[in-house]
Amino acid sequence: MRPCEFHDLGLAGYNDAWNLQRDRVERRKAGEIPDQLLIVEHPHVITMGRNGHMENMLAGEEILRRAGIAFVHTNRGGDVTYHGPGQIVGYPIMDLREWKRDVVAYVRGIEQVIIDTLAGFDIQAGRLEGATGVWVNGAKVCAIGVHISRWVTSHGFALNVDTNLSYFQYIVPCGLTKPVTSMRTLGSEATRAEVITRLTGCFAQYFGLEMVSPVLTY
Amino acid sequence: MIDVVMPQMGESIVEGTLTRWLKKAGDRVERDEPLFEISTDKVDTEIPSPAAGLLADVLVEEGKTVGINTVVGRINESGAASGVGPSAQIDAGGASASPEEQAPAPSRMAAEARPTPVPPPAISAEDTNAPQPPGPAAPAAQASQTEQDEPAGPLSPLVRKMAREYNIDLKQVRGTGAGGRITKQDMENYMAQQAARTVASVTAPSYSQPAAYSAPPQQQAPSMPAAPPAPAEMPPLPRGEMAKARVEPMSGMRQKIAEHMVFSKRTSAHVTTVHKVDMTRVARMRERYKAAFQQRYGFSLTYLPFVARAAGAALRQYPILNASIEGTNIIYHNEINLGIAVALENGLIVPVIRNADEKNIVGLQRSIVDLSTRARSRQLKPDEVQGGTFSITNFGSFGSLFATPVINQPQVAILGVGSVEKAPVVIDDAIAIRSMCYLALTFDHRLIDGAIGDQFTSSVKHILENWSEEIL
Repeated sequence: MRPCEFHDLGLAGYNDAWNLQRDRVERRKAGEIPDQLLIVEHPHVITMGRNGHMENMLAGEEILRRAGIAFVHTNRGGDVTYHGPGQIVGYPIMDLREWKRDVVAYVRGIEQVIIDTLAGFDIQAGRLEGATGVWVNGAKVCAIGVHISRWVTSHGFALNVDTNLSYFQYIVPCGLTKPVTSMRTLGSEATRAEVITRLTGCFAQYFGLEMVSPVLTY
Repeated sequence: MIDVVMPQMGESIVEGTLTRWLKKAGDRVERDEPLFEISTDKVDTEIPSPAAGLLADVLVEEGKTVGINTVVGRINESGAASGVGPSAQIDAGGASASPEEQAPAPSRMAAEARPTPVPPPAISAEDTNAPQPPGPAAPAAQASQTEQDEPAGPLSPLVRKMAREYNIDLKQVRGTGAGGRITKQDMENYMAQQAARTVASVTAPSYSQPAAYSAPPQQQAPSMPAAPPAPAEMPPLPRGEMAKARVEPMSGMRQKIAEHMVFSKRTSAHVTTVHKVDMTRVARMRERYKAAFQQRYGFSLTYLPFVARAAGAALRQYPILNASIEGTNIIYHNEINLGIAVALENGLIVPVIRNADEKNIVGLQRSIVDLSTRARSRQLKPDEVQGGTFSITNFGSFGSLFATPVINQPQVAILGVGSVEKAPVVIDDAIAIRSMCYLALTFDHRLIDGAIGDQFTSSVKHILENWSEEIL
């Protein structure tokens, strides 16, 4: 099995995590490191994808500033989204040439990992035709947006565990006027750590990876 | 001229939306430099330039969706046309003689003389958003229809030239371009591989495929009995009686350890202080409860949980040893999460006892046994090796008196425990036999001064020498 390094970065700013991603992507391209799964929790931030539409921003910068929400233009696919406490944000840095050279299959794979993860907490989730992400009864529980450079992935997914969903009021998530939900809203009492553990397992299994942790010291 | 095509980003993908040109017509571009971006189903992909040269033509404008293999632009490999952006476009409409066969001036004159440039077929895709069928786009007016039995996809003049010059059978070259098309990079990789094979180097070449990351050797996942790691594909090693040395690639884990150690040495100002600790009280307590402990809990009682317990208490007294440095900030960790270094067959790992200061001797010993057992059978969960705030390493179990451990980044200190041995000790001018042990604390002098390091270690020593807590 191919190894995949797991890093739980804890609470980290969006730009800090983005810089780390870019560094890992370059090192992955150079073959210096194996695949990576970075898990992080962001402070309140609204991010706009490369092909996002500003009309999906419902709040002006002044309102965001007063609400303590950062705003970042980023280079992932997809439209606008929100990240904040209570969300598990996952950034897989994978060389798809070692899995499948198929970006759509990759996105479907991420969806499957989240669906499998949620099934472990008795949440029946699925896909919605034409709307990438993971959905439960017509509400989005996990958003996906990916960037690829020379088959190496970055950005990824954001799973709402016990996110304060009211923050989504500032945007039209991904440009879709559909509701968002969270595991907590769906009745799960799972903790962040439990979800991460299961998610890591599902991720490793789906992509045929062996999760390794950075090895430490003497 | 090199055609730049819409790549196929997956089996079922027949089209892509060109969302952004990262270069303008007339710009110079290096090979592999990001040239444009495409978007497919929430995935934005950066497409590198297939060649170095001038972006002569932009044939598909931003926002258009075109079928795969559609020519979206052209690159003039001969930098000669620099500064003639607009006229280069006319050039591109004509037959694509390879640049090296093209005497620049006359050919451009010829091209300009043409009344209407032949439009590249790909432009038709601009008229419609309808997907184009997969497979190579209709061949551009190329003088290459004779070479029918060539590998998949049209070949660029450069690839042809390389094949001719280096006498390469193109059928042996694996194409990684759109639709299996052979790129210059593929040719270079192929040549490098051939060269490596010829040299018969014993090191596994990981030139194009990053196979360097074979699974770490400890992995004996029962579900995957077969699947030997990549080194199996190495050329045979020289015979034992002939070789003066043996070359073996490092395992992934070894590489990580190497990287981490050097990183730590580079990051922290390591200083080690050593204190001598009288463990007699602890040793007596251990002797007294050993059998009962084993019987009641199913595992033996070692010295390590005593040291862990004392360290936890001392860390509460000196929180700066339970901290890390971030830029110019000191991060004081409220939880005491003790990393315990565990030696593996071919490496080591440091699983973490969370909130170690809240556990008693039984709880600590249980955690140590559990984590080290699962570390050796490689069953640790990822979060069990994350988030340590201070580490303990027990080299005494291998007979070492004391050592100078390396700090486990991003922590700022690590406590090393030497072996506990009976020794003659002078107490009140009398010689006594005591169970002695050296504790070695390595601390990061960037943050911790010697006085604090020694006060902390003295505190650990004091707790151990005056052990009063009940065990069972």
